[in-house]
Amino acid sequence: MILAKKLSHNFNKRDDDGNVVEVIHALKDVDLEVRAGEFIAVLGHNGSGKSTLAKHINALLFPSDGEVVIDGMDTRDAASLWKIRQEAGMVFQNPDNQIIGQVVEEDVGFGPENMGVPTPEIWERVEESLRIVGMLEHRKKSPNHLSGGQKQRVSIAGVIAMHPRCIIMDEPTAMLDPGGRKEVIRAARALNQVEGITIILITHYMDEAIYADRVFVMDGGEVRMSGTPREVFSRVKEMKALHLDVPQVTLLADELKKRGLSLPDGILTDQELAAALGLEAGAGKA
Amino acid sequence: MLKDITLGQYYQTDSVLHRLDPRVKLIGTFVFIIALFIVNTPAGYLLCAVFLAAMIKLSRVPLRYILGGMKPVLFLLAITVFFNLLFTPGTPLVSVWRISITREGVSFAVKMAARLCFLITGTTLMTLTTTPNQLTDALEAVLRPLKALHVPVHEIAMMMSIALRFIPILMEETDKIMKAQMARGADFETGNVIRRAKNMVPILVPLFISAFRRANDLAMAMEARCYRGGEGRTRMKPLVYGRADYTAYSVIAAVFACCVLIRAAGI
Amino acid sequence: MSIRAENVSYIYNEGSAMASTAIHGLSVSIGDGEFIGLIGHTGSGKSTFIQLLNGLLAPSEGRILYNGKDIHGTETDLKSLRTKVGLVFQYPEHQLFESDVLKDVMFGPKNQGLSTEEQKERAVQALQSVGVSEEDFSRSPFELSGGQKRRAAIAGVLAMRPEVLILDEPTAGLDPRGRDEILDLISGMHREMGITVILVSHSMEDVASHVGRILVMDDGNIRFDGTPREVFSHREELEEMGLSAPSITYTMEYLRSLGLPVDTGMITISEAAGEILRCLEERNA
Repeated sequence: MILAKKLSHNFNKRDDDGNVVEVIHALKDVDLEVRAGEFIAVLGHNGSGKSTLAKHINALLFPSDGEVVIDGMDTRDAASLWKIRQEAGMVFQNPDNQIIGQVVEEDVGFGPENMGVPTPEIWERVEESLRIVGMLEHRKKSPNHLSGGQKQRVSIAGVIAMHPRCIIMDEPTAMLDPGGRKEVIRAARALNQVEGITIILITHYMDEAIYADRVFVMDGGEVRMSGTPREVFSRVKEMKALHLDVPQVTLLADELKKRGLSLPDGILTDQELAAALGLEAGAGKA
Repeated sequence: MLKDITLGQYYQTDSVLHRLDPRVKLIGTFVFIIALFIVNTPAGYLLCAVFLAAMIKLSRVPLRYILGGMKPVLFLLAITVFFNLLFTPGTPLVSVWRISITREGVSFAVKMAARLCFLITGTTLMTLTTTPNQLTDALEAVLRPLKALHVPVHEIAMMMSIALRFIPILMEETDKIMKAQMARGADFETGNVIRRAKNMVPILVPLFISAFRRANDLAMAMEARCYRGGEGRTRMKPLVYGRADYTAYSVIAAVFACCVLIRAAGI
Repeated sequence: MSIRAENVSYIYNEGSAMASTAIHGLSVSIGDGEFIGLIGHTGSGKSTFIQLLNGLLAPSEGRILYNGKDIHGTETDLKSLRTKVGLVFQYPEHQLFESDVLKDVMFGPKNQGLSTEEQKERAVQALQSVGVSEEDFSRSPFELSGGQKRRAAIAGVLAMRPEVLILDEPTAGLDPRGRDEILDLISGMHREMGITVILVSHSMEDVASHVGRILVMDDGNIRFDGTPREVFSHREELEEMGLSAPSITYTMEYLRSLGLPVDTGMITISEAAGEILRCLEERNA
C-alpha cells in the first residue's frame, strides 16, 4: 500500500544572501514497499533520514527525485493530497506540539472536523478512537493535565478518528519516560493487531522494533539493512557500527560466542538463549 | 512562580449559566455593559446590581472567586476614582490649596466606580462560566457577518484558541528557562530597570526560539490532520440555541429596556 | 565538599488549595568525589530534590547543608552556591541563547564576575573537556546537533568550575550514539577531574555500568541507597515503583530458574558472560 521508488530528497542549504551553498541529500534512492496490515519499524540515529522519509509518506514533503505512491496515489498529485493525508495519518515526536484542542475529546475531533464529517459521526469516531487507545475516561480533561504517554495516546486517537489505513509514528516515544513508552507501543501494537492498521514506527529504541514484522535500518539517507527483526539484530557488528542498540540478550549471546561457545545466530529472547545453552524448562526442579 | 497564574479562569460546576449557549453569554455581557453606561441614576444602578446579583446566584460560583477577579484591577479603579474626585469642576465641598473636591466630582466618582465594578464583575462572571473554547466558538459565530468584509474570522478564532492552549505551556517553559539560567548564576532580581531588562535576554531568546519551533511543529501537525482553513469544516460541537437560551435573551432584553426607560424617565 | 540533606520536605504551592508534597522527610549525605545515579519514575520527586540541592527551591522543612553550612542560612550566598553545585537541566534548548557557542559558555563565568580573559579561558577549557571542537566555537548553538547541544550546555555549567555537577536526564531524547557518548563523557569527567557527579536518569541500564552508588527515589523519599548490585537485588520492589533492574539481570534469573546456578547479581554483559561460562564449565566438569 506504500511504495517508494528511488526516492531522493535534497535540502538546499543557503547562506545569508539566499545563495545555495550546499545541497544536503537527506534521502538517497530509497526503495521501500509496505503491504497493508504490516507493522514496520524504521531504525536509525538522528539525521539518518528517517523523519524525512516519514514526512514523504504523509505528503508533507515531496520527492526531489523518484516517487512515493500511497494506495495507488502519487504524493505529487495535488488532487489526492488530502486523501493521502487522511489515509496515512501521522503522529509526531512532541506530544505538546501536535495537540490542538484544549479538551481531549475536542482534539480528537479536529481531524474529522477538517474532513467535513457530519457532527453525529464525529462524536462516534471520537468515542471509538479514545476507547481504542484507552483514554475514554479522560475525554473531558485538558491535555495539559495528562502525562506524556497519555498525551501521545490522545495524538494517536486524533489520527485514528480520521479512519486512516496506515499510521506513521515519527519517534512517538523519544520524549517519554519508560512507562509512557510502554503505553504508546502497546497502543501501536493493538492498532495493528486488532484494527488491522498498517503501522510504520520510526524509532531509535531497538526494544520497540522487536515486535515489528520487518525492520528497516537507515543511515545517511539510505536504507542500509532490512529484514525481520531477527535477521537485522543478529548482525551485531553492523548494528554497532551504525551506533544502534541490539537487545542485551543478543549482545550476551554474541559475547559468549566470542569467548568460544558455539551458539546459533539471531538469539533475541531469554528463552532462545536458554534453549541454545541446552537448558530446558522445568530442569531446575529436577 | 509563573505557572501559578491562571488564565481564562473557568470555574467548573453545573449551573444554568454554565449551560447557556456561549453566544448568549457573550452578547448578554456586551448588552449589559452598554446598559451600564446608559443608566445614570441610583434606580438604574440598583437594577443593574440586582440583575448582577441574580446572575451570580444562578452561576453557583462562590462569591470570593468573583471578587478575586477584581484584585488585579483595583489599582485601575483607585486611579479612576482619584482623578474623577479631584478634577471634576463644580460646586466645591472641600478645598485644599488649589485642588478642591466637588459635589459633582464625588457623584461622578461613585458612578464611575460602580460602573467599573459592575463591568468587571459581569465579564468575570462570563469567563468563569464559559470555557475559553466556547468563548472562541461564540466569538467566531458572532463575528461571522464580518466575513463578508474579508475579515478572517475563522483564522482569528483558531489563533485565539491555539494561543489559549499554549499559554500554560509557555508559562511552564519560561519557568524552566529561568531556572536553567539561574543555575548558571543569572540574576533577575537586582539592578535598575535597564539592567533588569538586559538580564531578560537569556530568558527571551530560548523562549522565542522554542515558541517558533512549536508553531512550526503545530502547523505541520495541523496539515497532517487535513487542516485547510475554515472551508468545508464541520463542527463537533456546533452551537445550537435551546429554550433556555431564548429565555435568557428575553431576560437580557427586558433588563436593557428597563435601563433605557429609567434613563428616559429620569428616575 | 559534602552535601547533607536533613529531614527535608518540600511542598508545592504551600498554603493554597493546590498544595502537594513533593518531598517528605528526606535525609541523605553525599561525599566528595562520589558518582551517584539518582533514579525514579516521573513524579517521584527527583527533579524537586536536585533543585533543592542547589538552592533553586528552598525546603519547606529541614535543612540542606553544603560543607556543613545551611545553604539558606545567612552565611551562604545562594548565587555563589549555584556555581559550586552546578545543575544541568534536561533540555539544552532551555539555556542556550547567545550568538555563538563560546559566548554562551562564557555566560556562567561572566555572572561570577570574572574578567573577560578569564571567562574565555574557562569557556575554552570547558568546551574542550566536553569534546566540542574549536571550529564549532563560533557557530550558533542552535545549529548544533542534539548531542552537541547537550555538550555545549554541560560546558556552560562546567565553565563555572563547580565542585558538584548534577545532570538531569542528560540522555533524554538522544539516539543510542548520542546517549553513549554523553554517558562516557560524564564518567570521564568524574574520573579525570575528580568532580562529584549526580546523574538523574530513568534508565537502569544507563547508570548500572557507570555509577558507584544509586539512590532510588519513590513518592518523595529515598527508598534505596547502595551500590548498583545492592540496589538491583531489590528487583521486585523496584518493579512495584515502576522501575526495573537492567535487562541482563532478568536473563540471568531466567537461566537460574532453569537450573543453571548463575549468580544473578551481574550488571554488565561481560560479567554475565563470564559467569555463564563459569557455570557451564562447572556443570561439564
